[in-house]
Amino acid sequence: MDLAHLWFWIVAFLFVGYFVLDGFDFGVGMSLPFLGKDDIARRQIINTIGPVWDLNETWVIVAGAALFASFPEWYATLFSGFYLPLLAILLALIARGVSFEYRHQRDSLTWRRSFDRMIVIGSAVPAFLWGVAFANIVQGVPLDTDHEYAGTVLTLLNPYGILGGLTTLSLFFLHGVYFVALKTDGQVRSDARRLAGRAGLLTIALAALFLGWTILNAAGAPLFLGVVALAGIAALTLIGSWVANTRDREGTAFTLGAVTIVTAVAALFFALFPNVMPSTLPGGASLTIDNASSTDYTLTIMSWAALIFLPLILAYQGWTYWVFRKRVTRARIEKAALVAH
Amino acid sequence: MEWLDPLALARWQFGLTTLYHFLFVPLTLGMSLIVAIFQTRWYRTGDVRWLHITRFFGKIFLINFAMGVVTGIVQEFQFGMNWSAYSRFVGDVFGAPLAFEGLLAFFLEATFIGLWIFGWDKLPRLAHLASIWMASIGATLSAYFIIAANAFMQNPVGYQMSADGHRAELVDIWAMLTNPVALAAFPHTIFAGWMFAAMVVVAVSAWHMARGRNTEMMRKTLRFGLWGTLVSFVLVAIVGDQLSLVMVATQPMKMAAAEATFNTVCGQDASFSIFTLGTPDGTSELFSIRVPFLLSILSTHSLDGCVEGINDLNTLYSQQMFPQFADQVDGNFAPVLWVTYWAFRWMIALGGIAALVSVVGLWVTRKKATRPVAPWMWRIAIWAAPLPMLASLVGWVFTEMGRQPWIVFGLMLTQDGVSPSVPGWSVLVSLIAFTLVYLTLAIVEFGLIVKFAQKGPEPLPDPDAVHDDSIENTPTTVY
Repeated sequence: MDLAHLWFWIVAFLFVGYFVLDGFDFGVGMSLPFLGKDDIARRQIINTIGPVWDLNETWVIVAGAALFASFPEWYATLFSGFYLPLLAILLALIARGVSFEYRHQRDSLTWRRSFDRMIVIGSAVPAFLWGVAFANIVQGVPLDTDHEYAGTVLTLLNPYGILGGLTTLSLFFLHGVYFVALKTDGQVRSDARRLAGRAGLLTIALAALFLGWTILNAAGAPLFLGVVALAGIAALTLIGSWVANTRDREGTAFTLGAVTIVTAVAALFFALFPNVMPSTLPGGASLTIDNASSTDYTLTIMSWAALIFLPLILAYQGWTYWVFRKRVTRARIEKAALVAH
Repeated sequence: MEWLDPLALARWQFGLTTLYHFLFVPLTLGMSLIVAIFQTRWYRTGDVRWLHITRFFGKIFLINFAMGVVTGIVQEFQFGMNWSAYSRFVGDVFGAPLAFEGLLAFFLEATFIGLWIFGWDKLPRLAHLASIWMASIGATLSAYFIIAANAFMQNPVGYQMSADGHRAELVDIWAMLTNPVALAAFPHTIFAGWMFAAMVVVAVSAWHMARGRNTEMMRKTLRFGLWGTLVSFVLVAIVGDQLSLVMVATQPMKMAAAEATFNTVCGQDASFSIFTLGTPDGTSELFSIRVPFLLSILSTHSLDGCVEGINDLNTLYSQQMFPQFADQVDGNFAPVLWVTYWAFRWMIALGGIAALVSVVGLWVTRKKATRPVAPWMWRIAIWAAPLPMLASLVGWVFTEMGRQPWIVFGLMLTQDGVSPSVPGWSVLVSLIAFTLVYLTLAIVEFGLIVKFAQKGPEPLPDPDAVHDDSIENTPTTVY
């Protein structure tokens, strides 16, 4: 395997990591209207991701930078081609990020309400649009002979793309609700379990359709068997997580949910290989691992950096999750609210 | 239509979003260090006043930090979104430092800032102290990598052109990371960030001192901030001088544009104008105040050095160095002169005024001072806070506008770097969206910082009361 292929999988790893981590962040954000019955409950929910949302989101910055460095052509085509969806994602991430930091800074219900709304919208928009984007990457988009995107924003809103978006939206929502159940206590926790029970069914239906369609599309792909296997594992673990949730096994439900996201996103990269952005335009030029990548020299240096730093990063991020492993209790938030005022 | 020109819109958007991002970056760079120093003092002395000071300035730091984070993502995405031709051209070289920035710096910063904010009652004290230092180191490292990337645009090194001439390819990462422009611009930027943060500490402390609030704590931070400002200014000036030498060697046109000098001048004639009134395009001069020799000293560190003029450089560039680009720029490789001329002066002047404020401040607040500080002096200390920030901003305006018409000096023109597939109206939409969102957030952020700065640190605990010092009872942040 040459370095460009290695970097295809490193980029895949970074995006998988991003969707697993920021995915449940998005879900936690979207769950506010369903689980946040009062301000204390909403703070309880937000504080489950308080210490980690920033590091989770950093995965997309690193994935983007890795994409830029290892596949400049892919990065350039993708980011200029998907201009408006990416703009919406950026605005959403901005609104969401500042809302976490600013909502508790003033003791005013209108102030907090407006930031709550921004958290919900700021979580839902990227959860949907990342799915649309990746479904379209795998399915292919019109690229001209210079590898420039030749479609419009409406090109991306095709049935498969929209289904991809709805799938990530519901999958991230479900995973976030599992996380809330795992990390809170009292009313919020039991509400979250019930909500996951209902949301799970819808998610299973959407994911089954999307994964099935992905398998059909991937027929003839070099890694077709891998796509089928991964999609199969994704389907099984998703159902397994739902069952675990109904049996009050919160840790298992969350872990299986994470495996679902890992395998589903991996299935997309397996279906994509060895292309990075196939062109649907007759006479257009597809972007592949080979024609989109950087030089061996650049990839060698980057490989060393990744080899040294990725394990280190995983270690200190894992440690962070361990430090904040305890549940966010209602009593704790109530006490904090008292101290503050 | 003119106003839907994708190039002009993309340039405006990049300029605005970058400058906006850079409102927050210097304060993050400086304030993370200052808070780390305050917390270290608490750790070493056990003096609870330093704990309150740490938490107080920590809060201001965090309100600002959030904005730096969320506006930073825009910067990375924008290269691909608006400058895809540029990204294709330089990605092999330019992407690597960005990836390093992510792997080495951003993860460090993002992870440890979370540990610091929420870890007060969960981490042993030393580990918690280490968290803020790690976050500060992460922020500083990220500045290094992004400036190394930027330095490639100013002075491309460590690359060769691909066989087909379509892209620049990295051949020497070490040369790229030790680009002389980066080695000078990095400390210049960092020290400027320290200076701004120190001035913010001065302003906040002065506000409280002027009202006689929290004076015991605020006197400490005031003096700290004043010294910090002065020391940072001296460092900024020293490395700034170094940077201008490098600039003359690598981008002589930029220095010529900084002084708007058209003809090559030597020695006494290489004067530096402090102030000039001229025609708007800068081609002729009506009135100016000049210091002889100064430009020669700035540019070459000698009294009889020569500084090449714009006309001579244009001839050199058009005929010998870059004839293939000459037609595209009509033979004029100079940036917009009134921008570079005034940005360069304002950068120096604003920094200098801030330094002056710190010198006077140190004098009037010295221990042996017999007279109380006058109210107007406190007001100056408060209102001088934005000066180093404005100096940083115009400094970047100078650096980036001074690079024009190149996006990568000598290799690619800015007009050739823009995304060909993004229509003007899309860029207009994003430009308007960013402007509105950024304006709103600026107001919210400024309001919050003022609110917490005026609220002041938590009152000192009653010294006679039993003080429970255990980790479990350390108050912590809750969102």
